[in-house]
Amino acid sequence: MATTVTQAAPAHSTLAGGTLPRWATPVLLGVAIALGYALNVTTGLAGWFGTTLVIGGIFILLQSGWSFRVEGRRHAVDRLATTLVYSTFIAAIVPLVSVLFTVLVKGLTVMSWTFLTYSMRNVSPRAEGGGVGHAIVGTLQQVGIAAAFAVPIGILAAIYLVEYGRGRLARWISFFVDVMTGIPSIVAGLFIFTAFVLGLGLERSGFAAALALAILMLPVIIRTTEEMLRIVPNDLREAAYALGVPKWRTVIKVVLPTALAGIVTGAMLAIARVAGETAPLLLTTFLTQSYNNNPFQGPQSSLPLFIWDQITSGTPASVDRAWGGALVLITIIMLFYITAKLLAARFAPKG
Amino acid sequence: MSKSIELKDVDIYYGSFKAVEGVGLKVQKNAVTAFIGPSGCGKSTVLRTINRMHEVIPGARVEGHVLLDDEDIYGEGVDPVNVRRTIGMVFQRPNPFPTMSIAENVLAGVRLAGGRMSKSDAEAIVEESLRGANLWEEVKDRLDRPGSGLSGGQQQRLCIARAIAVKPQVLLMDEPCSALDPISTLAIEDLIRELVEQYTIVIVTHNMQQAGRVSDTTAFFNLAGVGQPGRLVEMGSTSDIFSKPQQQATEDYISGRFG
Repeated sequence: MATTVTQAAPAHSTLAGGTLPRWATPVLLGVAIALGYALNVTTGLAGWFGTTLVIGGIFILLQSGWSFRVEGRRHAVDRLATTLVYSTFIAAIVPLVSVLFTVLVKGLTVMSWTFLTYSMRNVSPRAEGGGVGHAIVGTLQQVGIAAAFAVPIGILAAIYLVEYGRGRLARWISFFVDVMTGIPSIVAGLFIFTAFVLGLGLERSGFAAALALAILMLPVIIRTTEEMLRIVPNDLREAAYALGVPKWRTVIKVVLPTALAGIVTGAMLAIARVAGETAPLLLTTFLTQSYNNNPFQGPQSSLPLFIWDQITSGTPASVDRAWGGALVLITIIMLFYITAKLLAARFAPKG
Repeated sequence: MSKSIELKDVDIYYGSFKAVEGVGLKVQKNAVTAFIGPSGCGKSTVLRTINRMHEVIPGARVEGHVLLDDEDIYGEGVDPVNVRRTIGMVFQRPNPFPTMSIAENVLAGVRLAGGRMSKSDAEAIVEESLRGANLWEEVKDRLDRPGSGLSGGQQQRLCIARAIAVKPQVLLMDEPCSALDPISTLAIEDLIRELVEQYTIVIVTHNMQQAGRVSDTTAFFNLAGVGQPGRLVEMGSTSDIFSKPQQQATEDYISGRFG
């Protein structure tokens, strides 16, 4: 260990080595930003993206060089790795924050009580005004129905796979769940359209859309629930069996509560995923500009369809409405998510 | 209320692998019986067959007879759930239910087994069981706190309280002290000597001093060789086994010349 730190170490100590001052990193970063900015201004080359790369490069060169001279090779590599880890973290977080910020700024321009409660009935694409009320109702009903089908079926299927499934049937179910995970969302829509509308001769409706969404949710819920059930320690199951608790009660009262927080998170992720699906809705429910509070009859709008419709209209007023719809969709998913997390925290294992 | 146990010619398998062969022994009631032997010799496996916990592992099965007084627990139509209510078990690692409070942990066996009870009955069971496990004084002010917040030794006594709350007739203990410090171990050993007045106790232990301290009867298990099934070598009163064992293998093991 640490045998390479020899050239810079003081003669009187075999353990202490040279270190950069604490202000080294912020100062170097400042120098790099100043240099990069100056380069950008003087040469006029490279936009903000190129400048960011140049600043990063200058910072890494300066820091590595200095650190190598003063601290030795191991510390220089350590600092280089630290810089790379932080940079990739920032690279990952920037698009996320940027998306949220853009949606917030653009969406807030149209946000009002009217926008949240009115429909687009008799509002021409060019005109301002109108609202997403009908789409909010559609999204809540469709996602709600989809969750009502997919969450119980998904959790029960996962319980079967983890607690009861042995042999060929379990292997086949597991295989088909994997296959389902890869189904493109438009195919789910196509399947419901074929089976429900063409096959059974029923009309397109919010309910048909919900069924397509349920198909998409199912594999996500089964997989995440399965993972959560598998990490429940076997000790707990055995403890319950040894008390003379039947297996089904052990599953309900011991295994499920222990895994509940993770299962709720998985279900919420599945709901969040399908709430933004557009493709399957195009095939299963017609677009409408009016309120339709009955998911079983007639066309029903929803937020993704609303956004798609407004964006394709292409007028300034309708593009603004599309951003407003996007903000509402993200807010709804976030509220779901926070509620679910709070609920899960209440039931999570304590101590 | 305690009962005796008799194993008759028991073979135990994991799938096609025979783990234990030809075990026959008698466990007296209101006595502590210790199972000792090297790792992998099948003493825990034998213990788990006594309350039908062995078959929880996929592919595991048992041949032979295990009599509780004179009823065969592997007989036709016997419900393993009822067997486990009669024969409780405490495990090597303390395993309180993490989602439940101390009181709920104690009541878990009664509640989850489907019993309904009034609030005062429930409180009585909690106090009685925790007193029985010598834990009442330490936790009586925080019964609604999570059981996983207790120390390891307290958690193990909570598990013992949970096991005796369902009023079993026999208590099986699978190395109950191996994860605990000496002071907690002493507390559990004292508790075992108290519990034996009401229950029949079988304890698996790697600690021969412990076997000597707590048990009335000792059974020594060993492997005939690598890859061969474990078997019962010799069984007798603890003082006999430790002072004048009949078999050379027993003497080698307890004197530390194992091999």
